[in-house]
Amino acid sequence: MSQHEITLTVNGRRHAARVAARLTLVDFLRDELRLTGTHAGCEHGVCGACSVLLDGRPVRSCLIFAVQAEGAAITTVEGLAPEPGALGVLQDSFCEAHGLQCGFCTPGMLIAAEALLRRTLSPSEEEIREAIGGNLCRCTGYKQIVEAIRIAAERLGGANLAPGTDHG
Amino acid sequence: MAEGGFRYIGRKRRPREDRRFVAGAGRFVADLALPGMLHVALVASPYPAARLVAIDARAALALPGVRAVLTGAELAQATEALASGLDIPQVRRFPLAVGRARYVGEWVAAVVAETRAIAEDAAELVDVAYEPLPFVIDPEAAIEPGAPPVHPEHGSNLLYRRTFTWGPVAEDFAAAEHTLSFRARWHRSATVPIETFGVVARWDEAARLLDVWASIQMPKYPDQLARALRLPGNAVRVHFDVDVGGSYGVKRGIKHSVLAGYLARKLGAPVRLIEDRLENMRGGDAHGPDRLFDVACAFTSDGIVRSLRLRALDDAGAYAGRAPLQLGKPVGAIVGPYRIGSVEYEAISVTTNKTVQEAVRGFGQSPTNFALETMMDRVARQLGIDRVELRRRNLIRHEQFPYTIPSGSTYDSGDYHAVLAKALDAAGHADLLARRDAARAAGKLAGIGVACCLEPSGGNSAFEPLFNPKNETTTWMESCTVKVDLSGAITAAMGTSSSGQGHETLVATIIGEVLERDPETIRVVHSDSLTAMPSNSPVGSRMAIMLGGAAAGAARTLKAALLAVAAHDLGVTEAELEYRDGGVRLRRDPASGRSWDALVEIAHRKFHKLPPGMAPGLQAMHVWEVPTGGALPTADGRVQMYPCYAFETHVVYAELDRATGQVTLGPYVIGHDCGTMINPDIVHGMTYGGAAHGIGAALYERFRYDENGQLLSGSFMDYLIPSAHEVPDIAIVDHCTPSPLTAFGQKGSGEAGYLGAPAAVASAVNDALAPLGLAVAELPMTATVLGELLASAER
Repeated sequence: MSQHEITLTVNGRRHAARVAARLTLVDFLRDELRLTGTHAGCEHGVCGACSVLLDGRPVRSCLIFAVQAEGAAITTVEGLAPEPGALGVLQDSFCEAHGLQCGFCTPGMLIAAEALLRRTLSPSEEEIREAIGGNLCRCTGYKQIVEAIRIAAERLGGANLAPGTDHG
Repeated sequence: MAEGGFRYIGRKRRPREDRRFVAGAGRFVADLALPGMLHVALVASPYPAARLVAIDARAALALPGVRAVLTGAELAQATEALASGLDIPQVRRFPLAVGRARYVGEWVAAVVAETRAIAEDAAELVDVAYEPLPFVIDPEAAIEPGAPPVHPEHGSNLLYRRTFTWGPVAEDFAAAEHTLSFRARWHRSATVPIETFGVVARWDEAARLLDVWASIQMPKYPDQLARALRLPGNAVRVHFDVDVGGSYGVKRGIKHSVLAGYLARKLGAPVRLIEDRLENMRGGDAHGPDRLFDVACAFTSDGIVRSLRLRALDDAGAYAGRAPLQLGKPVGAIVGPYRIGSVEYEAISVTTNKTVQEAVRGFGQSPTNFALETMMDRVARQLGIDRVELRRRNLIRHEQFPYTIPSGSTYDSGDYHAVLAKALDAAGHADLLARRDAARAAGKLAGIGVACCLEPSGGNSAFEPLFNPKNETTTWMESCTVKVDLSGAITAAMGTSSSGQGHETLVATIIGEVLERDPETIRVVHSDSLTAMPSNSPVGSRMAIMLGGAAAGAARTLKAALLAVAAHDLGVTEAELEYRDGGVRLRRDPASGRSWDALVEIAHRKFHKLPPGMAPGLQAMHVWEVPTGGALPTADGRVQMYPCYAFETHVVYAELDRATGQVTLGPYVIGHDCGTMINPDIVHGMTYGGAAHGIGAALYERFRYDENGQLLSGSFMDYLIPSAHEVPDIAIVDHCTPSPLTAFGQKGSGEAGYLGAPAAVASAVNDALAPLGLAVAELPMTATVLGELLASAER
């Protein structure tokens, strides 16, 4: 099994590692870096539980080998919080709307939503559903997830307005 | 105070579990990394039936990093057969096939290695010599004379068959103005959680103790694990603080756990077995009901259904764990929400060469409800009565509760007509009809689905003695321990794991309600099986009722103790005191009394101030027995199976594409009544999710087998779980008929979305097909099924 040296940035921190060619990115994140927030649900690229941002774009880390992430900047669910112990607006909105139950698909949902909200802060319901359309959730029926993302967009959009602006 | 006079119950409050999950800080079983942990990969049978001639593991064992290859012969010597819900001693089930493989994917050998990758490499090197045998896939063919026996020792492929007759069925049919009959088919699907099943086991030789972490939702799991491993119960410690990534019934990996436990002890190292997706869908033994119904009913010209004959033939797959009992739960609601006076129910469980069935959300009630609701639609159609009106005429009326059905269960409370009316109102039924008719006028296939369903909840597992007289189970208790520490902080403990139902929130809310303390300050932990008090795990929509009842009981004991301490310290009688905001004060002088902190201090430090006979500290444990439980079934199979009955009405609009057979759903409205809701966001969430799951069972999800016994849908590419594109925006309208049997009027929740949706979607599709003179009573109604039906109608 060929081994490869890789260097990549995960949640703002640089890592250098020696990995087997067949090691997937999700296994690298979970087993080597112990970032267990990213979950492996199907390992064949359908469920989206393993979604991470790779250079700002959502990808399935079960379909990428760690060696392919050479030089990339990866964001996992652990990187969404502004500081340790705090929650970002998107994460907090998932709590507000109860946009989760068992929590297993949640990291992937957050990553998909994060990618959407980096593009637009006024997504339509259709755009929200499109953004999470590749992430399967078995608990929620998606309703409260859509609601959570809508709340987050509203809050983040509001934050961009000038102080005192009425956006309610 | 919120509605119902509650302080915390029923209010919008954030479920406390959510925070750790959005932070990526959940603790799922696959997140555990123990030093020296070994990994398991499975060798699976490629044949639906085959004799295991020889297993050659030499090449696998020669691979660096491989530690062991285990076969069924060795494991069966060292362990007891896994428990079955039926009295079928010759249908023996072990984690690995013994001598004979009985379905495609059955585990034949387990490979243990230092990494999962090496284990998988080595599994491919295990050389198994098979001698293919005749097999049977179709459940009806399986009980024909001469069918290939799945378990030759058992004598036939029939696992269970009993005909129950409750009331004058023959007379009612003989006297009937009208009858109808039809066949309905519920094909095999399951809950298929996004997290597969996983288990980690570690044997401590010095302590002679097996530690187990598992993604489990299973009653009596620690006990069954210990028995199978021939260990005393107190030599197995199951850690219930593992977050379970969805279950909805199926996470019952007892065979995985026995295998991992045995290997951990044999190899002296922690052993981890995490299913991959194919394993989960094929060899993980987590398929759901696979059922054929023959339905007949007798009714009047007014559409009043008098009598029901229901024959349910269910394919349990190659072995029988608890799954055949899923034919038993429907007995507790066999007439649904309707006033049907007599019933004949024939329940048949069959074994075939398919993956083993496990418990699925609703435990057999969803397929049964699909059959019942299809029947109601057909009665309406035959008589030319509106489907909604027909239901109104047959629904049990509010003033008839408590209402006893022919099979012996008494429904506690309900207002079905009110919920139906609310759902229709919220859906804008009149507008929906206009929209449907306009769509039809424009050449579209459009329909409206209406379905009702009951959610029996909090049950006492009475289907166990009903289906196996040797099993005298008449309790299905739940416990909660609550303590107040010296600092005055409250900690509660439950004895089971959770899989998304928000039990920590449930317990904190209820204790906060009783003790009038902020639930945010209450910690709730999951004990391990050695420190836990009795639990039966979160099955059968029971936790709001049972864990809620236990938590309330323990909190009330503490409240009584606080009152007693205060009375003694103040030198007054308890009647002169009132409990308020966590403290105790004099009724006549509310400014005087004892604060929470003062009472805690007395309880923990000042024995001289405690009432005589009271133990120091502040702690209580409460075990709650199922309300209405405690009795065995009668000889004719009548039994009180569940105490509480929640109710839903689903109304859904559907359009069906003529060319592709694809169904588009929405608007979708659910009228929901589960009594008092402890946390509305949690209740609603499970209802939306249940409905989405039901939409999957109705339109997309099927474990399909080919004529060679091969599973054709073992991945998410071919077993289709609804995404945000397929699930419409569902609206819920609440109604509250409190249960008279529970601590706060709550009933169970979590299943009803799944119990109603398949019937409602089927109703909508059939309404859309009706103008063409077509009908379908088969789920899932995939685009292929509907497309072919439409194409054949055009020919």
